[in-house]
Amino acid sequence: MTQQGVRWTADQVLALAPDASTRKAGSKLGVAGPWSEAGSSGEGAMWGLCKGSGSKPYQTIVDIADSAGPAYKCSCPSRKFPCKHALGLLLVWAGADGTVPEGGEPPAWAAEWLAARRKRADSKQSSAAAPAASADPEAARRRAEKRAERITAGATELEQRLSDLLCGGTASAEQMGYGLWEETAARMVDAQAPGLAARVRELGAIPSSGPGWPVRLLEECALLHLLDQGWLHRDRLPEGLAATVRSRVGLPSQPEGPPVRDHWVVLAQYDTADSRLTTRRIWLYGTESGRTALLLSYGAAGRAPALALPVGLALDAEVTGYPGAGQLRVELGEQFAAPTPTAQRPPGVRPEEAVARYGAALRDDPWLESWPVTLAEVIPARTQDVRDARGTRDTQGLQGLQGLQGSWQLADATTESALPLAPSATSRPGLWRLIALSGGAPLTVFGECGHRGFTPLAAWPKDSGETVSLC
Amino acid sequence: MPTNPTPSTSTVPTVPTAPSWDDLVTAALLGTERRALPAIAHTPGKEAPTALLDAAALQTVRRRAGLRAAPAAALPEPAADDPRPPVPPAARRRLATLLTDQPGTGGGGRRGAAPDLMELLPQWLALANVRGYGAPPELLPALLNAARGRTDLRPQALTFAGPRALWLARLNPDWKFALRATPGGGVSLPSADDAPQVQRLWEEGLFAERVALLTTLRAHHAGTALDLLVSTWSTERAEDRLMFLDSLRTGLSPADEPFLERALTDRSRNVRATAAELLSALPESALAGRMSTRAASCVAVDHTSDTPTLTVEAPHECDAGMERDGVTPKPPTGRGERSWWLGQLVEAAPLATWQPRLGNRTPTEIVALPVADDWRSELHAAWCRAAVRQRDVAWSRALLGTPASPDAAGPGAVSLAERAKLLASLPAAERADWVAGFIAAHGLSEAFQLLGVCAVPWAEPLGRAVVDSLNIARDAGSYPWSFSGVMGLAERCLDPSEAVRLEALTAIPDEPENASPGAGGYWSEAFQRLVTTLRLRAAIRDELPPP
Repeated sequence: MTQQGVRWTADQVLALAPDASTRKAGSKLGVAGPWSEAGSSGEGAMWGLCKGSGSKPYQTIVDIADSAGPAYKCSCPSRKFPCKHALGLLLVWAGADGTVPEGGEPPAWAAEWLAARRKRADSKQSSAAAPAASADPEAARRRAEKRAERITAGATELEQRLSDLLCGGTASAEQMGYGLWEETAARMVDAQAPGLAARVRELGAIPSSGPGWPVRLLEECALLHLLDQGWLHRDRLPEGLAATVRSRVGLPSQPEGPPVRDHWVVLAQYDTADSRLTTRRIWLYGTESGRTALLLSYGAAGRAPALALPVGLALDAEVTGYPGAGQLRVELGEQFAAPTPTAQRPPGVRPEEAVARYGAALRDDPWLESWPVTLAEVIPARTQDVRDARGTRDTQGLQGLQGLQGSWQLADATTESALPLAPSATSRPGLWRLIALSGGAPLTVFGECGHRGFTPLAAWPKDSGETVSLC
Repeated sequence: MPTNPTPSTSTVPTVPTAPSWDDLVTAALLGTERRALPAIAHTPGKEAPTALLDAAALQTVRRRAGLRAAPAAALPEPAADDPRPPVPPAARRRLATLLTDQPGTGGGGRRGAAPDLMELLPQWLALANVRGYGAPPELLPALLNAARGRTDLRPQALTFAGPRALWLARLNPDWKFALRATPGGGVSLPSADDAPQVQRLWEEGLFAERVALLTTLRAHHAGTALDLLVSTWSTERAEDRLMFLDSLRTGLSPADEPFLERALTDRSRNVRATAAELLSALPESALAGRMSTRAASCVAVDHTSDTPTLTVEAPHECDAGMERDGVTPKPPTGRGERSWWLGQLVEAAPLATWQPRLGNRTPTEIVALPVADDWRSELHAAWCRAAVRQRDVAWSRALLGTPASPDAAGPGAVSLAERAKLLASLPAAERADWVAGFIAAHGLSEAFQLLGVCAVPWAEPLGRAVVDSLNIARDAGSYPWSFSGVMGLAERCLDPSEAVRLEALTAIPDEPENASPGAGGYWSEAFQRLVTTLRLRAAIRDELPPP
């Protein structure tokens, strides 16, 4: 395997940055100036000494061909991952100005780490071949049973709470405020059902979420009820749906089934954060299988998740799916080469087909918020203020979203149909990147299509061009 | 309504008496205690709230699964084509990086060793514009946001951004400034040959459009522009007259004199003063002649003393004629009337007056003459203003003197600010040599203003003088932030090829005895930033080759 001459773009490098300040700091180090003794193995490993403000330069090593995604090591004290020096080194390498010559032997300080990593990857592979032998299957079974009992108690209690709420009427929910829900969510955490706890917490936010909240509250209550019932009757569900219920409730699951090797294009990467956790979502598209897959990676509050993949590049890698019907989530397995640029894009569909796919996916997982789709030949257009922007009656349907003043949609260039953008998407800077990229002409857009509308995540201009990230 | 399938009973055989979604929402809001749905109440074996939740869950999933696409809104008019070639990929990425470095996002305080990317954006834009590249569309929002926050960036940013930026500005009120900054909001001006259209826009256009029209016309058809202005002059408001008059600076010629002479009697004092100023810049004009006579009568060579000496007899009054020709009678607080009037006369008189008047001496010889009775600084300052206004190279050179003279660093007759202006009229190479000489003789602390008027990138001798002086300052043990202004300029103006020579200066020096504590480290940091910035600039230049 050799990757001679295949360099990344700076955009792809910068997409790895854990946050904006590291991106900025790293981009300043992306010039030859501070670097010395830099080199690259030509197989995805690179190293260099970066002059900082101290007398001793930092030792920076990056291995983009690591079997578990890009790996970094730096002697700087930063806890960012990758740090600005690793980004800087990647940028200088991407710049291809000869500062990071290829085909060299790593110096001792880099060779040691690289060798240790490759060795660990090998041993991991061989251990993965043998099934993880649990110490005491009987004890594990008892623990699982115990947990299931607790969740059942939690779900039963939650059913009672929902019942009480609807008995007295949701109109009172506006006054009840957050406290009640927080307490209920805490009970669900005690019941070891984090999935239920998260949904309950969201219920608490709905009454203050603006016009149309009674509709949204009823929907979410109903879906939570459906999940409770699914759990309580899981032994009567088909196995796929039961697995989905288990994972929605919050039981951990392990990826299973045969790994799928493909050239996976990284379509999008974005983070969402709450006070406890940063969740990173990475969308992949397999150019051979035509499959779309989701990688999840988590970081403790305020810290970037460990996995970062460069948007627009393709990975030759194996992924393994998680159980559950219609489940898109996968785990990244072995990577066979460093990510490389690709001109491949997912084929696009029309707006009608996009919503139909979301609808079909709901059959397997009724709790799905959205489904990944690529739209072909769409044009961002501003919707006219067609009706009362308060939309008090029902803003739930896509038609309802149309009524919001100054909102945007992606209109099909040839048919008369369109997908409104989700309200959360219209306040992000990516919206204007999308509009500017289009200039009134059709383009291809990847995003998530759901009942709140379409959230664009990446776009490609009509004639060939690099992936433009909208996250 | 194509969005939601109407939940009609016929399509839902499993719930024969399904209540409508609205009924469910109402029942949920009020509570099943108050409002039980008949259809739900009859569900055997289920509490009313549970039955309601069952029905709502079914409806929710049905509603989501049955969503359909919305009708398309009117499509936007496509943006106009940009015929320029797009910037090469490497340059596009560089621009993206420069644009992410918004001010205020960093740590603040000391600048550290990393370059200030935002300061390189103007250079990047200027170069891209010179090379004739067009902007990458997806970066336009960031570019417009940057230009919104920094008015100094706007002209270059908008030129580079091209027609699609105007298209965007019509969609986003945050970027309205782009429409204002572009004459007519991007509506093209009529061609100069299209007389009826020109006349119409002049008579009916908005003020900004009229200024744009006048300025454009003036650049190529000075006479037509003047005719247009004359045609409506008497009906314009005073502030507008001033702006219009100002546009005559472009392409000023003797043909403008009759009009300007009439403007000397304008009702507005500012208009009168501007007219006088314009006329004095026309050496052949009658006003210039009158001023020449007045000024000449005030200055003479006294041959009675040992060496020829200039004597000055300032005017004793400001008569009506002087006032009409733009002399302001009332001096600012703290200045004598007579020297105030003298200054204005000498400033407005053509410099050609002096050679014949003062014994056929060259400007250099005249400037070298001693001046009696402390009039020297007053007289030389007035000559400086005249040399700047008339862009007279010989007089500028004479007044600047030699850079090494002790006088040059002030506070002599000519201030540094005036020297900077005088320098501006000299050819670029001469300017750079003069400033290099000045720095070699007087050091950096006074050189900031002078460096600002030098051509970028700095010529080699100038760059070397600056770097040598910085090096001397470091060896002297002072802190680099005493020179942060010059450092900042050097980062933007030094020739990028100097980076190699500067490399040695980034090492931390041994601290001399009397050095400020830690200064060596800060200097190393400052030089590191300088070198890194120069390398960035070299990279920027290489990434934007002529297309």
